[in-house]
Amino acid sequence: MFVSDPASRAGPVPRLARPVVLQVNGRRHELTLEPSVTLLDALRDGLGLTGTKKGCDRGQCGACTVLADGRRINACLTLAVMQEGVAITTVEGLGTPQAMHPMQAAFVRHDAFQCGYCTPGQVCSAVGFLAEWRRDAGAEREPGAVPGHAEIRESMSGNLCRCGAYVNIVAAIAEVAAGGHE
Amino acid sequence: MTGYAYERAATPEQAVRRARQPGAAFVAGGTNLLDLIKVGVERPALLIDIGRLPLAGIEPAPDGGVVIGALARNSDVARHPLVRERYPLLSQALLAGASAQLRNMATMGGNLLQRTRCYYFYDPAFERCNKRAPGSGCAALDGINRIHAILGASEHCIAVNPSDMNVALAALRATIRIAGMDGERRIPVSDLHRLPGERPQQDTTLAPGELITAIELPPQGYAAHSCYLKVRERASYAFALVSVAAGLELRDGKVRSAALALGGVAHKPWQAEAAERALAGRGLDEAAIDEAAEAAVRGASPYAHNAYKIPLAQRAVARALRRAGGME
Repeated sequence: MFVSDPASRAGPVPRLARPVVLQVNGRRHELTLEPSVTLLDALRDGLGLTGTKKGCDRGQCGACTVLADGRRINACLTLAVMQEGVAITTVEGLGTPQAMHPMQAAFVRHDAFQCGYCTPGQVCSAVGFLAEWRRDAGAEREPGAVPGHAEIRESMSGNLCRCGAYVNIVAAIAEVAAGGHE
Repeated sequence: MTGYAYERAATPEQAVRRARQPGAAFVAGGTNLLDLIKVGVERPALLIDIGRLPLAGIEPAPDGGVVIGALARNSDVARHPLVRERYPLLSQALLAGASAQLRNMATMGGNLLQRTRCYYFYDPAFERCNKRAPGSGCAALDGINRIHAILGASEHCIAVNPSDMNVALAALRATIRIAGMDGERRIPVSDLHRLPGERPQQDTTLAPGELITAIELPPQGYAAHSCYLKVRERASYAFALVSVAAGLELRDGKVRSAALALGGVAHKPWQAEAAERALAGRGLDEAAIDEAAEAAVRGASPYAHNAYKIPLAQRAVARALRRAGGME
């Protein structure tokens, strides 16, 4: 089960499977996983949380971005077992269609997607970015400063959008950063 | 990605002891190792997770320097007030690397040990790679070698070290702390990475099972006059074609000492000592800068597709020096 490489799907190595306890969106989950199962595959195949997307599976596209203890990471480049004891937040944990997270709502308002495949990763990454930005006490800033478009683009460079909705993505993040609709 | 065991190390000593078995590999951030396992370049039998060892501190040292634990995350180091204030060169280099997600995961020790991004190394579909399969040859020599080395290469390997951080550490003359079965040793960062020679399969001088525990930065951080300049093919999230870490100690309009290292040009971060000497004791004028830029690439030898790197590196050195010196 739960393997990321099709070649290994034929012959899993059951002796290596072990209990893994994950903390996802505020809930505790007990799984039995091969050590080689990535956090991404555990979320999607093990827990059915398919909001987190598998794009490149190589840490290059950002579609699998989730928050680990509030910090954005690529779920494809970490093992589920390495994330025991860490509070994982996926897009499902940010909001629901009825009660969207402000970042999700801003993406909708700004039409910040086309096909939508990269969107969960973009939203998680954007939420992580704003948390990092606000936490960054070492930076010299004027009171009330907000991140500029150049800073947002640089910090979001780990999330690719093949539809090219970048302009609207940046606008959505800038709006939330400015507190417009929060 | 199949068939390896996993265990969590409780102490650095235990990690070092366990790592002596064949096929064992340390994992912390995992961003490079897991990628290499997925593509079939690395095939460990056992991953020893060192990610929870208490080696993530960032502390001032009695000599006026700073000691950074090997497990500190790249993003935490880049934003740490001590690093920002005393070593802006290191902060800039870290922030020039990878993406925000990867910087949140990647550790300092892991970044030091990042493997080359030579496409012939990274893709086992290519048969020839002396780094991946010793003795098989080098496909880059007669292949597409536009991203490859212009300095210090050998007929066995022309790959380059991909790290931005390593270039800043080389310029800053960092010291690496290493734990092994016989206790701890300390080496200059220039002695950690190797030139390929006849053994390109060995990136570093680490013995099997040795564990990097910390990076020591010396008191001189060139904080007032430094610049990390990265030249790449897009504005963000790309490896360097050429990069330059430059630091200047200026007094009364003269260069008292200079620190200069280049990335993207060699199998290891390239300390440009001849260029540093060319600057010492002189006023920072265009003549001195030109001379340093020329010295920085002295002995460079290009391959079919990377001759552009020689003038590019010279111009990058010149610009980094001008920026470090406040001239542009």
